[in-house]
Formats: sequence, C-alpha cells, structure tokens
Amino acid sequence: MADAMHDGKRQQDVRTAANRRLALKLAAVTLAMFGFGYALSPMYDAMCKALGINGKTGRTDAQTVAAQPVDVTRTVTVEFTGLAISGLPWEFKPLVKKLELHPGETREVKYLVRNLAKEEITGQAIPSVTPGETAPHFKKIECFCFTRQTLKPGETREMPVRFVVDAGLDKGVQTITLSYSFFNIDKLSAQKYGGTSLAQAGEHADHDHVHPAPGG
Amino acid sequence: MSADHHAEHPTGISRWLFTTNHKDIGTLYLVFSFIMAIVGGVMSLVIRSELWQPGLQLVEPNFFNQMTTVHALVMIFGFAMPAFVGLANWMIPMMIGAPDMALPRMNNWSFWILPFAATLLILSLFMPGGGPAGGWTIYPPLSVQGGIGVDFTLLAIHMLGISSILGSINIIATVLNMRAPGMTLMKMPMFAWTWLITAFLLIAAMPVLAGAVTMLITDRHFGTHFFDAAGGGDPVLFQHVFWFFGHPEVYILVLPAFGVFSQIIPTFSRKPLFGYASMVYATASIAFLSFIVWAHHMYTVGMPMAGELFFMYSTMLIAVPTGVKIFNWVSTMWRGSMTFETPMLWALGGVFTFAVGGFSGLMLAITPADFQYQDTYFVVAHFHYVIFGATIYGLFAAIYYWLPKWTGHLYNETLGKWHFWLTTIGFNLTFFPQHFLGLAGMPRRIPDYALQFTEFNRWSTIGAFFTIISQLIFFYIAIRAMKGGAKATDQVWEGADGLEWTLSSPPPYHSFAVAPKVK
Repeated sequence: MADAMHDGKRQQDVRTAANRRLALKLAAVTLAMFGFGYALSPMYDAMCKALGINGKTGRTDAQTVAAQPVDVTRTVTVEFTGLAISGLPWEFKPLVKKLELHPGETREVKYLVRNLAKEEITGQAIPSVTPGETAPHFKKIECFCFTRQTLKPGETREMPVRFVVDAGLDKGVQTITLSYSFFNIDKLSAQKYGGTSLAQAGEHADHDHVHPAPGG
Repeated sequence: MSADHHAEHPTGISRWLFTTNHKDIGTLYLVFSFIMAIVGGVMSLVIRSELWQPGLQLVEPNFFNQMTTVHALVMIFGFAMPAFVGLANWMIPMMIGAPDMALPRMNNWSFWILPFAATLLILSLFMPGGGPAGGWTIYPPLSVQGGIGVDFTLLAIHMLGISSILGSINIIATVLNMRAPGMTLMKMPMFAWTWLITAFLLIAAMPVLAGAVTMLITDRHFGTHFFDAAGGGDPVLFQHVFWFFGHPEVYILVLPAFGVFSQIIPTFSRKPLFGYASMVYATASIAFLSFIVWAHHMYTVGMPMAGELFFMYSTMLIAVPTGVKIFNWVSTMWRGSMTFETPMLWALGGVFTFAVGGFSGLMLAITPADFQYQDTYFVVAHFHYVIFGATIYGLFAAIYYWLPKWTGHLYNETLGKWHFWLTTIGFNLTFFPQHFLGLAGMPRRIPDYALQFTEFNRWSTIGAFFTIISQLIFFYIAIRAMKGGAKATDQVWEGADGLEWTLSSPPPYHSFAVAPKVK
C-alpha cells in the first residue's frame, strides 16, 4: 500500500513536470502569435507596395518619363480633389478640378492652400488614387506631399503636383481620381482646432465604412 | 481511501477565492458569465427600446452607440467565452478521467482576472465622454480619437484575452497530458475534442488581437502611427489584423457548442455518434479554414478582385466541413429511439437555428451581394442566428444535460421545456424580421430609422423583451435544482455514455483520484 502510494506520488511529479513543459511551449506559441500580429503591419505595407493596391501612388523622375512614349491614341480624364481634415484650420482645394491627358504625357496642376489660423502650423498631405488598381501607373515627379508644409499665419501658397500616367494603364480605365487628405502633424494643435470635436461627431455616426469602396 | 479527507475544503468566501478545484472554478465561471449575460441583456433592451419607433426618444445617440458596442463586448468576452470555459472546467476532467485540470493554480488565476476586467469594461461607461461607441470592432480612427473610456475598454480587452489564453493553455495541457490510461485521442468524447481545437484557435488568435489592441494604445499615447494616415499608417491595416483574430473568434464561440451537440444528440437518439472520426477532422478543417477567410468581413474596403475572389471561395468552402457535421448529427438521429427531453430540444433547436445562420452566412460570403448587405441589419440577424443558435442554445443544452450530474437533483422538466419554447419563439421573433430590415437597407448601429421600418422593428423589440423575460424561468429552474429536488441517478439519462456518468451525482469534490481504466 505504501509502495503504491509512493509510486503514485512519483507518477504525479512526472506529470506535473510534463504539464509545466507543455504550458511553457504553449506560452511560446502565444508570444510568437503576438509578434505575428505586429509582423502583419510591415507585411501589409509590403503587399500593398508589391501589388500596387490601396491607392498608394508611385514616384518617378523627369528623365525616366522623357524616355517613355506618349500614347496619343488614348485620352484619360484625371480628377482632383482634396480635404483638410478637421484639426487643420486650412483652406485647401485644387485650382483645376479635372483635365484630360494622354498616357505618358507629363502634366502639372496646382493646389491652393491658405492658413486660416493666427499661428504657424505644419501639415502633411496623404495622397490616394482611385480606382486603386491604377495607383501603380500614376507616378508623381514632384508633389507637395513629398514633404511637410509649414504655413505662417494667414499665408497662402500655390503648390504644384507634376505627374505622369504611364502607358501601362489598363485600357478599360477612363477616369482616375487623385485625392489628398491634409493632416495637422501636431496632435495637441489638432485637438485645439477641433480634433476632439471630430471624435465626438464621429461617435454619433455609423463608422464601419472607414474606407468606402473605390468607385470604379 | 480517505475520501472524507479529500472532500474537505475551506468554507465561505476563501473557498471561492483560493480554490484550485476544477468544479469550483467551473461554477465560478458559469456564475460570472450569467451575471454578465444579465448586464449585456439589459443593454440589448436599451437598444431595442430606443428602436421601438423612429426618431430619438429614450437615449442620446452617443449613449445608444455605447450600448451597441459594450453589449457586444460583454456578451462575447464576458458571457459566451467564460461560460464555455466554465463548462470545460467542469466536464473535461470528468470526461477524460483526470483528477483535476493540469495547472490548477493558474486555473484560479485565469478566472479571477475576469471580474476585474469586466469591472474596467463597465466602468468605461461612466468616464467623461462615455465608453467606447465605435462598435465592438474598435476600428480606428474612432478608437484612436475617443476619450479615456476607450483606454478602459482596451485594457479590459487585454485582460479578458489573457484570461482566455491562460484558460486555453490549461485545457490543452489537461487534454494532452491528463487522460486516463486507455483513453486514446480518438476515443475522447467530442466535447473534449472540440475544446482542444478551440483552445488552439484561442492561443493562435487572441494574441493577434492583443497585438492590435497594443498598437491602438501606443497610437493613442506613445506617438506611433500604425493606423494614422497622417503619420504613414493605415486604418485598413487595423481591420486586417482585427479580423485575423475576429474570424477564428467566431469558431471559438461555436465549436465547443458543436461538441455539446455531439454529446447530447447520441444520448437521446440512443445510438453512438455517427461518423466520429469525420467529426474530428471536420472540426479541425473548420479551425484551419477560419484563419484564411478574415477579409470577407471587409469586402467593401477596396480589395483587388483577386483578393475578393479568394476570400469568397475560401469562405464558401467552410460550408463543406460544417455540412459534414450537420449530416452526421442527422445520421445519428436516423432510426434512433429518440426522446425529446429539454437538453435534446436545445440541441436540436441549436442545430436548426445555426443552420439558418449558416445559410445567411453563405449569402454574405458572396462578394457582390455583400456590397448590398454590408453594415445592415441582415448582418445583425446573421450573427445572432449563428452565435445565439450555436453558443447560447449549446450552453443551455449543456446546462440541462449536466445539471443533474452537478447538483444531484433532477430539474423541473416541464418548466425546462417551457423555457426552451418561449426562448425559441422570442428569439425568432426578435431576429427573423431583422433579415428583412437588412435587405430593405436599414443600417446597423444607428438609433433612428426610416418610417417604413417601424413594424418589423416593433416585432423585434417585443421579441427581445419576450426572450429576456423568459430567461427568468431558467434562473428559477437552476436555483431550484441546486437547492433540492428528486434524486438523480448516476447515469441520469438512459442513453448517456461516458466517464462522467460513472461518477455519483453529485460527483465527489475530488473525482478520479485514481484514474479509471478505459477499454
């Protein structure tokens, strides 16, 4: 009887050790999956870049563009729009609403921006192109979105975008829309100019469509 | 053996605070989850009362949105998941012939995190600016912009996640290491199998949510820009990370209930489960597929065509293993000597209700159709059919099935049947009209609606009150059975088969101190 109990005790110790080992292995899996969650962030960016999705536009330079042929047989309409996100007290709009061009042709348009506040503010414009699949063919040579823009109180600025739609553009596409969202880069400053009121307004609305489907 | 000595345990509050006994912890989980069910249920009544008629009458829109958000978080993380961890705690050791869970000390800890997490979550509603109001999916930018209530919620989600990860590690260790001699994996009861697979889903999916929540916290307070377009981030990234967790989460909620159905249907058909092995493989396939279909929740974010096709077809593929399970249950019943005691009613009602939700799921899987259904009441109807149908029906089935074993007393069978039928009528009255509302274009998470939706909304509101009031019968039945009643036999049900039925009713405080032999 005593021997049997002794055996039972030893068996239990062996089992406890096995349980601990397994628990540690499973904890390692948990940690790895936590890391995987973070890894999804760079993977997402890499995928979007490689596949040219998510409306992220490409960049190029004047020499490369000059070497490309212009496809005069086709005409594409490019529309321009822009929005200063609340929290950035700027007036912001394109000077030309739309223009027609041939793929391969370099064009320039200007956006107007005016600081309505009584202090210096720095903003950053984030571009987006719809339909998303045209983004890899929409290439900018020069853009005010390449750098941050700092405006003095009341300052008005005309900012150029020089771009080319390359000839590889899908034949079915007739219209491309380029839009900019201008953000205040300073969080505190954004709050001062109604960044908080944006959140409050947002809480009243259904917000599942954070990114509406591109019309295309 | 000194059985009397083993039965000793501290009394009063310290028994529950310091317990490492799987039965005590199982009871704690179940009691906690039903308290949360009441909290979440009251929130749903606030929602339905506001929707009684068009216009804004009872609550502020911002508070309405907090109700839809916190109702979902409470029901998913506070009710459904802990309830099934409680069932696992009670039943898995008794089903596989183990004396207790593998890691009893950690078991205590994983439970006692929950009340604190729940308190944080509920407190968020009383913070300046209120609780989270952007939906349970906590999408940025709203979850980045909201007030301190959102921080409370994010920390609560972290703690709830840690609790369920610890619980899962414990369940995996128990099932893999603690089985009685002779109980091979392919002889395990289906409930143990579905929980083993669910636990693996949990430790793979929950940490990803923890990552997303951590990113939100650092975006809010530490100047990172994961989801902030101004800083080069992307709010759509959050949706991908969230749903990478979110879709497996759906199966975390329903697979243990499938295990319950697979225990109960054979018992009351008096036949062994049809296609046991295929049941195991089907469950594993569902678990695998759940990790590659997440983007079907976000067809309208502007994915490339190839992506939409992939997610559409892979989603539809899930219908195959799910169909295998349903056909197996039907075949189990085929030519069985069936009786329809309360647990069987809940199991059959659950299979039926889940199947309705499964079909609307197939409709939602079709990308072009989903563009129409996205964010409408059709989605609300769909997931309530799935989650209520599988999880809640499964939970009630399990409780009625094992309550005589736990308490040693038979519950009132007539009242149990009333509870089933009233809940079933109330549930369908609440959610079936929501299909039509959604198809007609009524958006979800909005406190007001167009005039033509009034009638269906009234049905829905009446149904909601009907359903929730019917649950009083359940509390009465459960408390009565705990206090006394006709003695239950060890086997309880004529057709019941399995190790838990070889124990006395109620089972001794420490069961299977000596492992049983399984042939």
